[in-house]
Amino acid sequence: MALDEGEGRGGPPPRTRNRLGHRRLGGFRYEGIVALAGLAFVWQIASLFVPHFLFPSVPEIGQRLFEIFTSWKSISDALATSARILAGLTGAFVLGTLLAMPMARSPAFERYAYPLLNFNQGIPALSWVVVAIIWFRGIEFRIFFIMVMTTLPAFTFQVLDAYRGMSKDLFEMTLAFRPSRFGLFRTLVWPTVLPGILTAWKVNLGNASRVVVVAELVGATGGVGYELLQQQQIFDMAGAVAWTLVLVIFVLVVQGFISLIERHALRYRAFAEHAL
Amino acid sequence: MNEAPEILFERVSKTFARADGGTAFEAVRDLSFAIDRGELVAILGKTGCGKSTTFNLIAGLLRPTVGRVVVQGHDPYAESSWFRGKIGIVFQNDRLMPWRTAIDNVALGLELNKMPPGQRLGVAASWLARLGLSGHEHDYPHALSGGMRQRVSIARAFAGKPDILLCDEPFSALDEHTGNALREEFRELLRQTGATSIFITHSIEEALALGERLMVFERPARIAYQTTLRADMSESEREGVRGRIRQVLSG
Repeated sequence: MALDEGEGRGGPPPRTRNRLGHRRLGGFRYEGIVALAGLAFVWQIASLFVPHFLFPSVPEIGQRLFEIFTSWKSISDALATSARILAGLTGAFVLGTLLAMPMARSPAFERYAYPLLNFNQGIPALSWVVVAIIWFRGIEFRIFFIMVMTTLPAFTFQVLDAYRGMSKDLFEMTLAFRPSRFGLFRTLVWPTVLPGILTAWKVNLGNASRVVVVAELVGATGGVGYELLQQQQIFDMAGAVAWTLVLVIFVLVVQGFISLIERHALRYRAFAEHAL
Repeated sequence: MNEAPEILFERVSKTFARADGGTAFEAVRDLSFAIDRGELVAILGKTGCGKSTTFNLIAGLLRPTVGRVVVQGHDPYAESSWFRGKIGIVFQNDRLMPWRTAIDNVALGLELNKMPPGQRLGVAASWLARLGLSGHEHDYPHALSGGMRQRVSIARAFAGKPDILLCDEPFSALDEHTGNALREEFRELLRQTGATSIFITHSIEEALALGERLMVFERPARIAYQTTLRADMSESEREGVRGRIRQVLSG
């Protein structure tokens, strides 16, 4: 069969710009590096005119950061916080998905569950910290509980939205092939909800990194939050900034990893060459 | 001895409840017909006459409110899994999965029917080639034109060698030129496969071009007129059928 005139490929996407129109240099977005370098420059200038204990110099912060990454104890503290974030997010994701599925299938269940999740969203992270300290003895379980309770609603709502966004047309088309439950999940449900799940992880990662510090501040004997508390007690601004940077680096690394998955899993998506 | 019909509708009615709680909408009323194995039937009717509901009842995507739908001796809704691999569907719009390449879209039914990967990709590639899409196997739907996407969806329906092929206005979303070209080849494919085929359309010319038997529906879906088209029919006989269909549709 000959193709009609005008039919053809859309062509590969241009590689020099990403979706947001950022230029890439050897795979890096140099605008981001320039912005961060600018921030460091402004900080360094400020450190020349402001007392040292308020604005330590950039080299001093760099030195503290180097010390953190060359000390096994500090590394284990950073890893402990990272593990707590990932464990909490995994727990919230599993629980959120288990909640979202019956909510999607049963309007009656949703009518009960939705107000509870909304109620939960109104509870500040610090309240969960107090509750966890009163209710539980183990430090790790306390932190896990706090992480799960603070990130659960977002995961549930995002998984629910992703599931609801499933195309009725595609659902009927797939159903016409009489798939097994697993077949339907693998070929339709999972690819449909995956973008929403990846977004949920990216959004909740930022939230979780803030919450974990609060949780560690009040109960832990190790981790970034604990170290920040130590820096506050000895009034060491360079140390506080360095430990904050450790957490930021962790978030950026995990977000980069999620972006890699996203780039691979969502490579089918078309995008316009013009920005919106 | 007469063979049992491939598709049987016995006094079927289908009503839909309205979301706002208003009076139920009756899409199909007391519809009865039988289609034999290998028949090529075109169902014709105005928009909203219940053609697509009838289509969905045969496909087992809907359950009749009253009456009985029997396909190959089984209930297509209640015995859904029995029909795995037996019914192929071409929808009005292509309904391709955007995350699957052309070849993976064609192989979808085979995959759900648990055909080994190597074999199913071979079958899918041969169907894509047959429909003029060689070289586009690994393109995602967004990189294909409307006509090409509809070809992929036709290949997907044919790839599983279904006993029954259901087509719901598959060319209505295409421009006239592409639709005509695809229609010709589609008819040839239908003849080659020998599947029982039901073709839903609102175009008289399309129904005359594709069907061996025509059923004209009035609202709510009931047969207002039906006729068999012989291959040796003269143009004046066809014109007579055309006129009768127009009369029924305008009435």
